Amino acid sequence: MPVVTFIEYDGTQHQVDADEGMSVMEVAMKYDVPGIDADCGGAAVCGTCHCFVESSGELSAADPTEESMLGLRPDRESNSRLSCQLRVSESAGDMTVRLPEFQM
Amino acid sequence: MNQAIKKIDGLADPLTTPLEKLDIADPRRFEHDTWPPLFERLRNEAPVHYQADGPGGLDFWSISRYEDIVEIEKDWETFSSEPSIAILDPEPDMVVQMFIATDPPLHDDQRRAVQPAVAPRNLLEFEALIRERTQETLDALPIGETFDWVDRVSIDLTTKMLATLFDFPFERRHKLTEWSDAATSDARLTAGAGLSIDERRVIMIEMLQEFTQLWHDHKDDGKESFDLIRLLQKDPKTANLVDDPLGYMGNLMLLIVGGNDTTRNSMTGGVYFLNENPAEYDKLKADPSLISSMVSEIIRYQTPLPHMRRTTTKDTEFRGQHIPKDSRIVLWYVSANRDSDVIPNADEFIIDRPNVRNHLSFGCGIHRCMGNRLAEMQLRVLWEEIMKRFSRIEVVGEPVRTCNSFVRGYHKLPVRLHAL
Repeated sequence: MPVVTFIEYDGTQHQVDADEGMSVMEVAMKYDVPGIDADCGGAAVCGTCHCFVESSGELSAADPTEESMLGLRPDRESNSRLSCQLRVSESAGDMTVRLPEFQM
Repeated sequence: MNQAIKKIDGLADPLTTPLEKLDIADPRRFEHDTWPPLFERLRNEAPVHYQADGPGGLDFWSISRYEDIVEIEKDWETFSSEPSIAILDPEPDMVVQMFIATDPPLHDDQRRAVQPAVAPRNLLEFEALIRERTQETLDALPIGETFDWVDRVSIDLTTKMLATLFDFPFERRHKLTEWSDAATSDARLTAGAGLSIDERRVIMIEMLQEFTQLWHDHKDDGKESFDLIRLLQKDPKTANLVDDPLGYMGNLMLLIVGGNDTTRNSMTGGVYFLNENPAEYDKLKADPSLISSMVSEIIRYQTPLPHMRRTTTKDTEFRGQHIPKDSRIVLWYVSANRDSDVIPNADEFIIDRPNVRNHLSFGCGIHRCMGNRLAEMQLRVLWEEIMKRFSRIEVVGEPVRTCNSFVRGYHKLPVRLHAL
């Protein structure tokens, strides 16, 4: 089972075993990791599950919808992703994601 | 109930009249709060519905299901926000330009410039101030006497907040409400009760003049502040916005209306919904930590902006319908928020519902409401302070609602406060 590590803005770490097929956002919701709001429930249309991918295996690239939403983030970095679009899988492997100071 | 509706407003029966004979955007259904059955019918029978003769004689398509609206908002290249986000087209001789009615990349540049004003980091600074003003407003209210909640609380608080956001002269803040109301009261959207094009123009030009002065006053005073005007001045991409009067005017209208009607009407809606649903109020009293969740539910249930419009940039197929280029596509958020396929028991007001944040009152996609966190914070602080002061806000008469298909709100709500 892949392990997802969430690092909150204040440095608090949450390491959880993630079910394959779930999105990283859903994993955060399931384990009550604070710092991800997911207002749209996973459709990549609200931008409130923003995270920074620090390490992972292979991930699919952001599609145009995700790309447009990331484009609005004032705190975007090159490793910015919407966690609802990151799927836990064998090829994605263990992942470490850092959470932003705020979601909006 | 349908007979009663007919008697009240002379509107056709929304369930038995052929759909093509109904004006989906008739503002009187919002004034009398009789809109839900029509939109339920649309979701079931005609979720992508063409109407040949709408407001101002214009034709438009109505999209009423939640999932369909999400899909359309994702595809901003086909469903553009230009030239207008309301059913009506811009007036040809005064095409104001606002970033809500533009597409990327201009949209992204202008939005990013003002976003820090309403970003959560700035909100932390604002919260203490908002709380103080909320306390002042609530402490001045009479106990046991009937008064108008809209005037004394909802308008008062949102106007103070707007003045703060613009660093606008506090003693003249009532002007902001006046301009906001004028911006959304086009007579063609309000069953004739609003302002004519010329009347609106005079008021909007007055707004522009005052804000042009404000721009220059702010420009040179050296004050460090995160207000919207100084943020626009600081960003190289918007630093000269004042030199483009229609662009400046449009974005002012957007920011003033965006920060005003929406929050104001949710502040009133919450009081009304809790009176209509006493069991929900009992839940809140038993567990005030439900306030955050309740705030999202109030915003969903109110849906202060019932629709936004998109315009097709090319011929397209959607849900089996052929939609030609340049069609007006009206996204009925107010209907999506009652779509029980996505939101269980959507017609009910439930302050602790699961997934309470999943609603479309803020829209979605790249135009999703920029001030959503500020709005939620204002409402949360209001209810925290209400619960500390009053045992009950009793609604003592029917609300007077706005007759407008773009702004769903209240002119008046008579209430009486009960002491703790």
